[in-house]
Amino acid sequence: MISIVWAIVFILLAPVAGGLVAGIDRRITARMQGRYGPPILQPFYDVGKLFEKEHIVVNETQIFYVICYFIFMVFTGALFFSGADLLLTIFSLTLAQIFLVLGAYVTYSPYSHIGAERELIQIMAYEPMVILAAVGMFVVTKSFNVSDIASSTIPVVLFIPGIFLGFLYVLTIKLRKSPFDISTSHHAHQEIVKGITTEFSGPSLGLIEVAHWYETIFLLGFVYLFFGFNPVLAIIAITVVYLLEILIDNTNARVKWQLALKSSWAIAATFGVVNLGVLYLTGV
Amino acid sequence: MEIVQLLLFLILFPLIPAVFMLLVGKDTERNWIVKLSALGIGAVLVYLLVTGSNKGTLYYAIGSEPIGLVMFAIEMAIAVFILYMGLRYRNSLVVALIVLQTMIMIAFEAMYAGKVEVQYNLFIDQFSIIMALIIGIIGSLICVYALGYMKHFHEHHPSCLDRRNQFFCILFVFIAAMFGLVFSNNIVWVYFFWEITTLSSFLLIGYTKTDEAIANSFTALWMNLIGGVAFSVAILSLATLGGGMMGLDQLLASGKVIALIPAALIGFAGLTKAAQLPFSSWLVGAMVAPTPVSALLHSSTMVKAGVYIIVRLAPIFQGTFSGYALAFVGAITFLLASGIAISQTNAKRVLAYSTIANLGLVVACAGIGTYEAIWAAILLIIFHAISKSLLFMAVGTAEHHIFSRDIENMHGLINRMPRVAAMMVIGIAGMFLAPFGMLISKWVAIRAFIDAPLGFVFVIILAFGSAITVFFWAKWMGKIISVTPDSENIEGKVDRSEWMTLVSLAGLSIITTFIFPLISTFLVEPFLLRNYGATAQLGQYNIIIMIMMLILLVVLPLSVLLPHKKHKHVMPYMGGRQTTPDMRFSGSLGIRRQMELSNYYLENIFGEKKLKPLGTYLCAAIIVIMLAGAFATGAFL
Repeated sequence: MISIVWAIVFILLAPVAGGLVAGIDRRITARMQGRYGPPILQPFYDVGKLFEKEHIVVNETQIFYVICYFIFMVFTGALFFSGADLLLTIFSLTLAQIFLVLGAYVTYSPYSHIGAERELIQIMAYEPMVILAAVGMFVVTKSFNVSDIASSTIPVVLFIPGIFLGFLYVLTIKLRKSPFDISTSHHAHQEIVKGITTEFSGPSLGLIEVAHWYETIFLLGFVYLFFGFNPVLAIIAITVVYLLEILIDNTNARVKWQLALKSSWAIAATFGVVNLGVLYLTGV
Repeated sequence: MEIVQLLLFLILFPLIPAVFMLLVGKDTERNWIVKLSALGIGAVLVYLLVTGSNKGTLYYAIGSEPIGLVMFAIEMAIAVFILYMGLRYRNSLVVALIVLQTMIMIAFEAMYAGKVEVQYNLFIDQFSIIMALIIGIIGSLICVYALGYMKHFHEHHPSCLDRRNQFFCILFVFIAAMFGLVFSNNIVWVYFFWEITTLSSFLLIGYTKTDEAIANSFTALWMNLIGGVAFSVAILSLATLGGGMMGLDQLLASGKVIALIPAALIGFAGLTKAAQLPFSSWLVGAMVAPTPVSALLHSSTMVKAGVYIIVRLAPIFQGTFSGYALAFVGAITFLLASGIAISQTNAKRVLAYSTIANLGLVVACAGIGTYEAIWAAILLIIFHAISKSLLFMAVGTAEHHIFSRDIENMHGLINRMPRVAAMMVIGIAGMFLAPFGMLISKWVAIRAFIDAPLGFVFVIILAFGSAITVFFWAKWMGKIISVTPDSENIEGKVDRSEWMTLVSLAGLSIITTFIFPLISTFLVEPFLLRNYGATAQLGQYNIIIMIMMLILLVVLPLSVLLPHKKHKHVMPYMGGRQTTPDMRFSGSLGIRRQMELSNYYLENIFGEKKLKPLGTYLCAAIIVIMLAGAFATGAFL
């Protein structure tokens, strides 16, 4: 049931795949903005350079939290790809995320403090929907195990279309895309400087970047679960979903956290209740 | 030794130190007696665990008379005392309630007590053992903590009359009553111990005798008396409609229809004691009492008595309309109390609302009443007791050093009071992070809800509530661990008895997470198998994964000890502004300001003023529906 091989494959290849996705993302974004854009491998050059830089910190403990963030993010993805329990994977993701938030808190810096608070609001915004997505998958496939859901022949997405749409909504938060790049942004600068990552530089920032690559691959894997009955369709769906996220990123202005929280919750509550309610009434 | 002797020992033994506490004159005498009593209770509990946990349910026929008469006499004495207090402080509500309750009990005693046949007055099963361990171990640790705390308390509050003798006496009576409550099979006995816990909490909350303390102790009293009235009506209905069926075992075996009305009434009493909405304010108000009282009320006694009785009666509720209504009260309380916790800056109020929320989850599980849900409920009771008592006492100790219980004043606690802050961080992590106990329990609850009919509604509530929980715990944790420029170690000497308790509880919260599979296998699962014919388990892989996470979490902090090269240090980025090393900068008009950071409390969304009235009306309405449903079912069938 648990496949160590897949976990190892994830640990080794996810940063490569995640970096490539980031590179392609930047290129497409540039084209949408009428620019030529950097080479596809640019994210790797950037991270490589970050690791060469001097390690400047506000205090020593922040490095500890970033390392914990990284380890648990890798752990989360490895759990997921090994086919473990989906809820446990989600809780592990929260744990990883909390370490990043704590890393920002320890610096006692105004910008990263606001970033940390906003990151927590984002966690609060997306988590119900992600849990409901796992629950929806359980109702359809009768299992919480990623391995069972992924190999299920049931067209999951047809049973939980509402939950799928809701998940796409919060995926924007998780991928740190506009309009929900509230706590920190991929783009050069925002009203709170670099938000949660303001006080991280050099190797620490590099580690955060690589952790985000891991996270991206994990999240795209999550999208796969909706389409596990047909792997080809799943790959197409993942591509379309990511392109859609880039489009949304480039066509929307950042919103306030109030709107991000309320809209995510409204969507999770409506789509969750309606979708799970219909499944319950139809006896699936 | 016979197990029944152990039960009697646990119920009666705490009364001995209770009497001694009234007599002692010196601190050292008190210290010795409390510590030895704690050891004695702990040793007997371990013996009980070893000998009693594999024996299933055991019933003991202890002669009802003259114990019944003695209990009745004590009840009457308590009633007279409460009546006196009600008259003295002119609280007509309390007077009315106690008169009503006493009249019901006198009527019962005069007309029906003779006809009541209870074969077994005492009993024990794995659930009782779990409760006894929580009461005994955590309760004793709190008593030990109180030794140091109360000494400092009176140093800091010279205006408060030193009545420590009474204080410690009540603590032990409280613990004895809790033991009695979880070992009694006779519902009249349960009621007797129930009333003692009401009285004890009333006296403890009012300990400082300030106006606020007295007002809050009366709030606690009248709310719990409402529960007491409901409980006495339940007894009366058992005596009349139930044909004198007065044993918990008989009630559970009698079939749902007959049992539903008394169960709903006792369940209602449980809601008042467990401080569910609309009865939450007594527990929030109870924090005016010294910290050991809060720790005791929130973790091992009082509120746990409320959820204990509801979980006991869960088989009756399962699948009934009233059961669902009960579960809804719990679920809504969980959601709204978690939300209110976000808006609170006072650490003790955050803890209080978090307690109310978690008890709500227990009630929701019990109302659903499937074996999986009960499994989740029992795990929640265990883990909540440990983490919450740890947190209360860590906050209490910190308060005596920083002279504030406001979370905003806890910034940089990791440097100012490193050891206490570490305990606090462990406590907070235990409340909401994987792989610690509370999160395991919530996970189990999600699975339990999904499998229950209409459970998806509860799953959705739980998903939102748990996301809210993450927010208020994480921001508090961030406050504690942030490294502030003005930090200077002020920890000094933490009192040894306080320190011992904090370390024991922090250790317990980590150890119970490690051995949680064993607790489940040897205590919870046998209980479920016997009462529900089925049991829940976590898969082996999941347990391995959680143990891996826990090991990582224990090992990673040690990496700080590894030799590493010093990095270049800079000041936090201040938008390019000139800043001094202690983070002062020139503000507008050239005024020198210090940089200060404070957390988000989202008052506009989660404010107490917004959510509490909503919860009060909603839950009150559902409770009325629940009772009406029970009476309707009882009347029709």
